[in-house]
Amino acid sequence: MAQEFWRWEESRWNSPDIDWRKEDVITAGVDVGSVSSQAVIMVDGEIYAYANMRTGSDSPDSARNVMKWALEGTGMTVDDIHYIIGTGYGRVNVPFAHRTITEIACHARGANFMYGPTIKTVLDMGGQDCKAIRVDDKGKVTNFLMNDKCAAGTGRGMEVFAELMGVPIGDVGDISLDIDEEPDPVSSTCVVFAKTEAVGLLRAGWLKNKVLAAYCSAMAHRVYTLLERIGVEKDFGITGGIAKNKGVVKRLEKELGLTALTPKHDTQLAGAIGAALFGKGLVEKSRKAG
Amino acid sequence: MGYIANYGYADGSGTWYVIIDSGKCDGCGKCVEACKENVFEVITDDYDDLVAIVKQEKRKSVKYLCNPCISATGKENLPCYLACEKGAIKHSW
Repeated sequence: MAQEFWRWEESRWNSPDIDWRKEDVITAGVDVGSVSSQAVIMVDGEIYAYANMRTGSDSPDSARNVMKWALEGTGMTVDDIHYIIGTGYGRVNVPFAHRTITEIACHARGANFMYGPTIKTVLDMGGQDCKAIRVDDKGKVTNFLMNDKCAAGTGRGMEVFAELMGVPIGDVGDISLDIDEEPDPVSSTCVVFAKTEAVGLLRAGWLKNKVLAAYCSAMAHRVYTLLERIGVEKDFGITGGIAKNKGVVKRLEKELGLTALTPKHDTQLAGAIGAALFGKGLVEKSRKAG
Repeated sequence: MGYIANYGYADGSGTWYVIIDSGKCDGCGKCVEACKENVFEVITDDYDDLVAIVKQEKRKSVKYLCNPCISATGKENLPCYLACEKGAIKHSW
């Protein structure tokens, strides 16, 4: 099979140090996005296990598969989990979820966990939309803005570009930074227009790294305008898959004049982490109420 | 304390957001009745508060849904603004 440059690495992990049978509150967040799905299992507010994989064409199946993968080898079953929250674009299609919460609230909460309570501005660069979110020190949303009109400036756009350039998606950031001089951004982040423009640039003799630099730069500017609308207050952090792309992050940092916080966890997990934390709060509330 | 929700989009033609301040909105639902384009609905949000939102399926077309009203009545006299006693609704344009 020909190499698929867009294909990012799926992953799973579980903590070898936690014995979930001894713990009090077990919750899970399942984030079914338009491009990727994650399941995070938390015990007493700590990440116990997670899985991150590509969303298939069937949302309920994606939810089941990602959960199955996260549970693999842990001896835990879905029935052992006290509360499961579905979030993301496909949140209504998580058959085993007790409740759904929007990805905006979940990303805010997840970013607060991942980056700590000093985070005030979160940019979620998802598979098919981006969200700029302002949060308080508890991880509660205070202001948000979403662009879901088109896939400009999103993960899916980057996948298309990786494929077009024949560059593995994980290398796009580094390659785009390997340039002598920063080129002008492509004039449109619309994936279709940008693709046409990129092909033209290649024909005009531009090297791959320069074209990728022009695209990353356009993408950074696109999300900068979203952030500008809600106002950026530091600390600032990015969640979602594009947070792993240094080419976009560095250019955005430059435009903002701010450095993004360094993630301690896989940035794609933010929504599912937030969902699991919401679950913990709900379990504790219902136990208190008796 | 509530949050400011921006529903809509930005494209080459401008910035089109309906802005609802959940801190002011008490979920009374008068905007739902006032809007002839049926843009609003009242839901229980993620923090378990009653709040008006712009319906998911209307968010990509707020420019076309709100502009006829804005040109007919002017911004000050929009039916949704007049209906909302708390002044929780705004437009970005």
